[in-house]
Amino acid sequence: MRKLLSVLLAGVLLFPLGVAGADALLVNGAGASFPYPIYSKWFDEYHKKFPDIQINYQSIGSGGGIRQVLAGTVDFGATDGPMTDGQLGQAKTKILHFPTVLGADVPTYNIPGVTGELNFTPEALAGIFLGKVTKWNDPAIAGANRGVNLPAADIVVIHRSDGSGTTYIWADYLSKVSEEWKTRVGKGMSVNWPVGLGGKGNEGVSGLVKQTPNSIGYVELIYAVQNNLPYGRVRNSSGSFVKADLASVTAAAAGAAKSMPDDFRVSITDPPGKNAYAIASFTWLLIPSEIQDAKKREVLVGFLRWMLTEGQKHAAPLAYAPLPKEVVDKEMKALAQIR
Amino acid sequence: MSFRRRWRKSVNAVMLSVTGISALVAVSVLFFILGYLVWHGARALNWDFFTKLPKPVGETGGGMANAIVGSAKLLLLASLVGVPVGLLGGVYLAEFSGRTVSFAVRYATDLLNGVPSIVIGIFAYTMIVLRTKHFSTIAGGLALGVMMIPIAVRSTEEFLRGVPRELREGAMALGASKWKTIATVVAPAAYRGILTAVLLALARVAGETAPLLFTAFSNRFWSPGWNQPTASLPVMIFTYAIAPYEDWHQQAWAAGLVLLGLVLATNLIARAVLSRGVSMQRF
Amino acid sequence: MAMERAGSGWGPRARALVRRLRSGDEIAHLVTFLFAGSILLIVGLLLNQLWVNSALARHKFGWSFFFTRVWDPVFEQFGALPFIFGTLVTSALALLIAIPLGLGAAIFLAELAPPRISDTLAFLLDLLAAVPSVIYGLIGIFTVVPLLREYVEPFLKATLGFLPLFQGPVYGVGFLAAGVVLAVMIVPFIISVSREVLLAVPREQREAALALGATRWEATWKVVVPYARAGIFGSIFLALARALGETMTVTMVIGNVPQIAASLFAPGYSIAAVIANEFTEATGDLYLHALVELGLVLFLLTFILNGLARLLILLTARRGGAHA
Repeated sequence: MRKLLSVLLAGVLLFPLGVAGADALLVNGAGASFPYPIYSKWFDEYHKKFPDIQINYQSIGSGGGIRQVLAGTVDFGATDGPMTDGQLGQAKTKILHFPTVLGADVPTYNIPGVTGELNFTPEALAGIFLGKVTKWNDPAIAGANRGVNLPAADIVVIHRSDGSGTTYIWADYLSKVSEEWKTRVGKGMSVNWPVGLGGKGNEGVSGLVKQTPNSIGYVELIYAVQNNLPYGRVRNSSGSFVKADLASVTAAAAGAAKSMPDDFRVSITDPPGKNAYAIASFTWLLIPSEIQDAKKREVLVGFLRWMLTEGQKHAAPLAYAPLPKEVVDKEMKALAQIR
Repeated sequence: MSFRRRWRKSVNAVMLSVTGISALVAVSVLFFILGYLVWHGARALNWDFFTKLPKPVGETGGGMANAIVGSAKLLLLASLVGVPVGLLGGVYLAEFSGRTVSFAVRYATDLLNGVPSIVIGIFAYTMIVLRTKHFSTIAGGLALGVMMIPIAVRSTEEFLRGVPRELREGAMALGASKWKTIATVVAPAAYRGILTAVLLALARVAGETAPLLFTAFSNRFWSPGWNQPTASLPVMIFTYAIAPYEDWHQQAWAAGLVLLGLVLATNLIARAVLSRGVSMQRF
Repeated sequence: MAMERAGSGWGPRARALVRRLRSGDEIAHLVTFLFAGSILLIVGLLLNQLWVNSALARHKFGWSFFFTRVWDPVFEQFGALPFIFGTLVTSALALLIAIPLGLGAAIFLAELAPPRISDTLAFLLDLLAAVPSVIYGLIGIFTVVPLLREYVEPFLKATLGFLPLFQGPVYGVGFLAAGVVLAVMIVPFIISVSREVLLAVPREQREAALALGATRWEATWKVVVPYARAGIFGSIFLALARALGETMTVTMVIGNVPQIAASLFAPGYSIAAVIANEFTEATGDLYLHALVELGLVLFLLTFILNGLARLLILLTARRGGAHA
């Protein structure tokens, strides 16, 4: 009996070590949920290509990505709100931003009886999220949606409860189109929301919108698509109501592509252009410029190279727009900064 | 019968039925929870769940094999910390300690027992994760181990004290020293109770999620060794439950069923060991 | 024993120490003392870490931390009030639901039910206490929240909507949802401890009451329960301490909005829930320290409550004539 127990115990103790695939190199990253669908696809594909490289990415929100990469508890971070100068100053080693894809924040909603696409003006969006437009049939919304039967129901606003780049993009846009938003709330990863419920991650927000009638939230495009949630058109700076898709998101980045700053931090919300989508953004991987572990450095640089070339093919099927060529070229050169 | 007597009789009948209903409600809730979990979980449970890794976001399929192993590793680590400290600490309290020291230790143990699990998570984060500069199974296992200590200590002490004096005195009369008495007579007599306590402590920490959120973190792949983040059943349940993907909800149910099954089974085994007196050979 | 030989090269003091250790008893004493002492060390470290890692927030905000409503990471203004409010409200609500239910069931099990049923049901309810909290949250999201949103809250709004408690938009998630699920979680503790305490009341008390002509209920409610009062309060405090520290269930159904609202339908936040949600992403040291300070607050709350609980249960154990 004792022998059996000790053998079992030994087996149990050694099993995890055996199963672990001890040769595999594990690189850890965390951050934005905005690009989580494509990152998880990429890391999966990369793992298939190089079976002993495992890149573990956890979607904890852009705020988390920045925090953990600053604390050094992960090997790389990810964010859709670029780090501020203050945050960059806190880093012990310089942190580099590498854009990966282009995505879009869409206003997604769940109104029983309304299945089509709604048009949202900047004023309507600002009003809803400021808590001033409280009912769906408010003229601010109805005015742009003649012919749609909007109910007289209270709008349930859903936002992020965690530090989010998706929030940053949304708040950045609202700050540009609404003076009141800019002064009252401002832009950031975690803002003091005037109204609404909080969901954790893009996943949490889409989950809440899906379950809550008469709700509206903002999520990255793919989350609305994957969950069969309707999302609306937004009026851009040229006055057209544009829906987020590959073409409109690519158009939004057209201006920035040519004048991309060296550190790749740029905002493309409320861009010029007739066909541009109003609330689009780059999303970045945060890579420390000095990586002590040579193996990990190799893995990260290798992955970035793959991501900029082969990886971009996976973007479109997941409703992200691939990077403009000028940006890719510039990034390839910037890879040399990682030592 | 006077009015007052009739009134008292009816109050009696009503209140007694109310208590009966309360008991019924309480028990029904248990059955509802079990039933609901079994219903949804069983439908989602398949071989893949136990053998495959999670799939990329948005794709259906995959499983939680890494989470199951991860939880097992975490619990193993937790036991390595919680059991020795708990057992030997309990022995100290029951057999060796003086008044002031034992008061301090007992007080500290009770304090530790009452600490919310998320605060223990903060503790493990500042002590281990920040210093080693990464999330790891070790940090998670230690957090869980610290949570196990109070349960193990108190039960060990209780069961050791419960061993009849005659046994001790008999051993001492035969010339055994104190530690020999404890090791060969008292401890084996209290063995069942102590084992029960360890099992119950394990079952309790197996379901803890909060302390793992920022210690063991999570991992889409297998976690090699002990120094890397690892997936675990409770954290996976949490992540999948709040997400919008229907497929993930299914997997959350399955994971919930597996977790609950393990926890309840451990509890039942522990009680069986204690009450029916499963005989164990002396060590 | 063999130690003596090993110690002979280390100097007189070491030799003296080793000589004291010559018996197995002394070794055992030392070893177990070390392990027991490590518990003290752990608790000390825990307090130290909480204190040290909340320093920035404590120095910046001082006592106003407890009275500020604002939680604004952008402008770095942190106040604990919404979280303290949410924690207290959800726990109070949970107690409001769980105490009548739990006490009623405990009375039934201790006084009325035949012993076998009582033992079986008590056993089953103990199992309920073992269910992990994340599973309560899981079930809460998919059953309690829709139930509240579709039926219960509109009903309450329609009938009792004149009270500020039941006004405002209905989300499903919110204080009420959190309170309900917490109640389910703490009921087993109240039942379990109260039942034991009630069973420990000496038979003579009951029999005396009945002999004087009391009905079963009167004997129970007016004699037995007051006798066990301290222990019952102890169980309530224990349950409260559990509810205050509960993280996962609450964060899954409370709505995660740091606000103070009069309505039970409103979404809110609790201390444990905000730590769980925001800890890994607190950009900026002040943010992190504010969260750790919240953890310290929670620790203190549960510490005080646990102390009271143990005291009360101890009191009743001594009085009630039951063995310790």
